[in-house]
Amino acid sequence: MPDFTSTFKSSPLSKILLLTAFCAFFNLNILRASHEGHEDKGATHTKTEVSNEHEIAGVTDEPEKPIGKQVSDMILGHIGDNHYWDAFGHYVLLPLPCIVYTESQGLQFFMSSQFHHGEHAYNGMKLVNMGAKIVWEDAAKTEKIYDFSITKVAATVILGSIVLLVIFIGVARTYKKRAGMAPKGFQNLIESLFIFMRDGVIKSSVGPRYKQFMPLLMTIFWFIFIVNLMGNIPFFPGGANATGNIAIPLVMALVVLLYVSVNANKNYWKHIFLPDVPVGLYILLIPIEILGFFLRPFVLMLRLFANITAGHIIILGFFSLIFIFGSMKEAVGYSVAPASVAFTIFMGMLELLVSFLQAFVFTLLSSLYIGMAIEEHGHEHATEKH
Amino acid sequence: MILQDAVNAAAANYSKMGAAIGAGLAAIGAGIGIGRIGGSAMESIARQPESLGDIRSNMIVAAALVEGAVFFAIVVCLLILFL
Repeated sequence: MPDFTSTFKSSPLSKILLLTAFCAFFNLNILRASHEGHEDKGATHTKTEVSNEHEIAGVTDEPEKPIGKQVSDMILGHIGDNHYWDAFGHYVLLPLPCIVYTESQGLQFFMSSQFHHGEHAYNGMKLVNMGAKIVWEDAAKTEKIYDFSITKVAATVILGSIVLLVIFIGVARTYKKRAGMAPKGFQNLIESLFIFMRDGVIKSSVGPRYKQFMPLLMTIFWFIFIVNLMGNIPFFPGGANATGNIAIPLVMALVVLLYVSVNANKNYWKHIFLPDVPVGLYILLIPIEILGFFLRPFVLMLRLFANITAGHIIILGFFSLIFIFGSMKEAVGYSVAPASVAFTIFMGMLELLVSFLQAFVFTLLSSLYIGMAIEEHGHEHATEKH
Repeated sequence: MILQDAVNAAAANYSKMGAAIGAGLAAIGAGIGIGRIGGSAMESIARQPESLGDIRSNMIVAAALVEGAVFFAIVVCLLILFL
């Protein structure tokens, strides 16, 4: 695993140039490969499969859809899930593995390039909604298709986990190598954010037993942060709206709910089912408490999902304004462009803040809920005073 | 009969209008809530400038929590539009 401290010895300008050159090299090679038709050059990436120019998704012989419909299709396609990864606009589509189980045909593994972007059917199944969904070609067939494919969102989660592993295993090795010395470089960056979360959020919210829950809460924070940041990069390997897919926050909120219910002590359950109020109020308070128990993780999930999805829709919508205005009169489209790009950049900056903030708030609230569940002796002091 | 047909034809569009009005009301709620948080944060910073850092972080956290409620309304409106 690389040790990141030594990469920060060269000057910042050379690092910026190197990074720009790498990204440009990678993406331009993908672009070059896409324009070479069926010849499989392999380009710089072994997984890249080249698409024929006529099979570019969305470019068919249908009549031109109204601009509003085109824009809404594009936006929904970008925030939704796909069976291929649109690595560079719609010119290059990286196919992703499809894992499908049906009663009649059993478990099948194949690459989504077999579908040829919705044109051909494969084993009686075809791709609809610009690659979002696998359905039967024969519309009358009602058998359920169980789709376990590695879609764009699943691939982003895997990639995000790999990035997290690389970062943290690298930083951990740096700690071992520089034991007792002051942190520097990348290690310093990760450590400052880590300590900020540990001292400011987790220690104060969870209480004295915080070390037991540090792995969960830190994983939640860093995973959401890194995946949000990756979603804001417009080109491959970023650009996929992972936390904006309802499944990812749902699973994280369920895990928090599980942690809270497993670790809750008697005080917590007593507070829900036998609160310290006159008996007549039980009929009012107990349903509210039970509702609150389920509602808190639900709102946790919804907050993250809606924030990230709304941010992506806003950014995509702002520069779609150029095309909407341009479809009326071309000159208006050009004149709107500077304002639209300025707004998009501003919203992009806000999205950076939101990426960190949503991770922070998710972790803060999770640690508060866990802290409330494992809290001891707070209840008895309240009754003693009366 | 004609009126009934007209109402039926417009029913789907009424739901879209309802969704749009709902989203607007949610934005008003967000504006009021976050405006009040920002206002009281400004006042308390003016009273005690040395607690700037604490107040700033708490303000941002409270704003995120208020936004959570607003986004719930937004998601309901989106569901009306797309389901």
